[in-house]
Amino acid sequence: MKRILKAVANTVGGWFEARLRLKESVMPILEHPIPAGAAGPKGWWYVFGSASMTLLFLQIATGIGLALVYVPSADQAYQSLEYLNYRQPFGWFLRSIHYWSGSGMVVMVVVHMTQVFLHGSYKYPRELTWIFGVCLLLLTLGMAFTGQVLRWDADAYWGVGVGASMAGRVPVAGPGIVELLIGGPTIGASTLSRFFALHVFIIPGLLLALVGGHLWLVITRGISEPPVPGQPVDPKTYDAKYHEEVKKGKPFLGDAMTKDALFSSLVVLVIVALAAIIGPKGPGGLPDPTLTGANPRPDWPFLWLFGLLSLSPAGLETFVMLAFPAVLVVCLLLVPFVSNRGERAPSRRPVAVLVVLVGGTTLAVLTYEGMTSPWSPQMGAWSGDTIPTAVVKRSTPLELQGAAVFQNKNCRNCHALEGIGGKRGPDLSSVGVRLTRDQLIDQINNGTPGGGNMPAYGKHVRPAEMDAMVAFLVSLRPEGQPPAKTAGQTTKK
Amino acid sequence: MSEPTAPKPADAPTPEEPTRRSAMLWITGGVGAAAAAAVGVPVVGFLAGAVRARPIDWVPIGKVTDAALFPVNETRLHIFRNPIHEEWDGDSAKTGAYIRNLGKDDKGQEQFWVFSMICAHLGCPVTWFPQSALFMCPCHGGVYYENGDRASGPPPRGLYKMPWRIKEGVLEVQAPHLPTLQDTLEKPSDVVQLGIIKRDRGERA
Repeated sequence: MKRILKAVANTVGGWFEARLRLKESVMPILEHPIPAGAAGPKGWWYVFGSASMTLLFLQIATGIGLALVYVPSADQAYQSLEYLNYRQPFGWFLRSIHYWSGSGMVVMVVVHMTQVFLHGSYKYPRELTWIFGVCLLLLTLGMAFTGQVLRWDADAYWGVGVGASMAGRVPVAGPGIVELLIGGPTIGASTLSRFFALHVFIIPGLLLALVGGHLWLVITRGISEPPVPGQPVDPKTYDAKYHEEVKKGKPFLGDAMTKDALFSSLVVLVIVALAAIIGPKGPGGLPDPTLTGANPRPDWPFLWLFGLLSLSPAGLETFVMLAFPAVLVVCLLLVPFVSNRGERAPSRRPVAVLVVLVGGTTLAVLTYEGMTSPWSPQMGAWSGDTIPTAVVKRSTPLELQGAAVFQNKNCRNCHALEGIGGKRGPDLSSVGVRLTRDQLIDQINNGTPGGGNMPAYGKHVRPAEMDAMVAFLVSLRPEGQPPAKTAGQTTKK
Repeated sequence: MSEPTAPKPADAPTPEEPTRRSAMLWITGGVGAAAAAAVGVPVVGFLAGAVRARPIDWVPIGKVTDAALFPVNETRLHIFRNPIHEEWDGDSAKTGAYIRNLGKDDKGQEQFWVFSMICAHLGCPVTWFPQSALFMCPCHGGVYYENGDRASGPPPRGLYKMPWRIKEGVLEVQAPHLPTLQDTLEKPSDVVQLGIIKRDRGERA
């Protein structure tokens, strides 16, 4: 029986092989020799690229599934997302996997790039592989942004608005770019259709083409050998040395591919677990631009930019928005041309290690700032966050009156008391120690001089209200501390 | 390396002499270019179609004398459907204007402040706080005074003013495009035309 089956399999297999000729075309590619070191334990450094590609395929599979139900029309997209979440069997799960796998793809591409950078794998003869990789990173971020827009909710709507406002600052051509980007004079149906085409056809097409080119380069120029300190790259001798090295190498189809497969499978399991436990993202608020109280935030891959835009000085802002990202991309593209020879081991390249540490820390800090966004007024704090009772426990009637004025004039949207409230202005829990009565009145009336952080309230605070509010603010002092006084002032009243 | 070079056929033409083959190449090139242009021109025209004429539309908000709609010296958010939209826009076709009735001026003419909700910094929606007479933006903390002037934060200018008029006792607001720094509602950009399509600045009948 077994024999017959084997014979049948051989005959059928042979029939196809006689026509497809895979043994002479595909097998040599799968079995191309890689350096022995890359097939050994150090090969675990090489698994991030294939994991990125695995997640790309997972995105394509789940994306096609979602496209069967999702309606890319501004008036029904939101409902179709709710339908996916609540009525379509496993709809929420597919949306969830698509979101988490997309996030995972951004993470994996960045990790892969960091590894390649630290190991100097971009040096001769793999400069073009790196350039393709940079383009793949940009396309992956493009997928993240356009995908966020397809989740047609308030964040999506205002995310496009912010993108358009940034593009609108391009000298001369700005308004034209805005119209091309949003597909007309306003954000709406044509915008969503446009981003759907970008997310589903244009960017994935480019991604697949560039992944093909990236892999082609990996195969033709070979996988880089693990870096060894003291063995610098010299373009004149590298090819011959590499040729010798792979003679002692191992076929890719073997230990290396097993590592790739195992790591990719683990990554997929983690993604699916996150998707099952945390669930899909959104849709959030309705895509109705007249709903005030919207609090738009970009998805996490762009929080660092959100933070950067808030923290950059006004004079530099347009530069930070338009030129800075371009400069970053050009720097990345230039990496293999600035150093395409020399040491590869991170232990011999302190500058490369420093770049990764400083760059990574900067991105992490900006992302954290973007997440907490202390610069944003808390629009509901004036009515939602009451004055802490401890603060007004021993207040006089006038000070109590002032506390009410302080609350009513929306001061809490920017000023916290005992840590609760907006963080845009300073916490005022002990302002009475820092500012005198006169200084407080000046600050409230005129705001920060030169159009700084605080608006001038002069016209909208009546004298009686000002009296009460300042009395309240002067009373905000830790126990036993005297009120602030100016340098020349003596203690007598 | 060791492959012997194929001997030239005896009747090979000299390079200067035009042949049927080179004529064929020229014809293929010409027909190919014509085919590329035949497809390319409409495709480029289609893509550039987003940049098109914006007809001017006026949206009636309400009777100027209606004190419930326009109380004097109070700023109210008025919501309307933007005529510059498609049928399938859904809620995204809604747009808002902060309108403040300033009462009659010296000539007995009703005066209004009409502001877009779009923050001049990066386009987020501002909220009006009557208690402190400020507009605040939730994104990066832009703040504006009641007259629309920038009060604090990152906006490089005040709120975008929306053109308005009174026609037969009704306050009308001009249908807004998405305002950006170089393409405001009062002074739309000429660049949008790109010299291809003249924007229709006349009124729609």
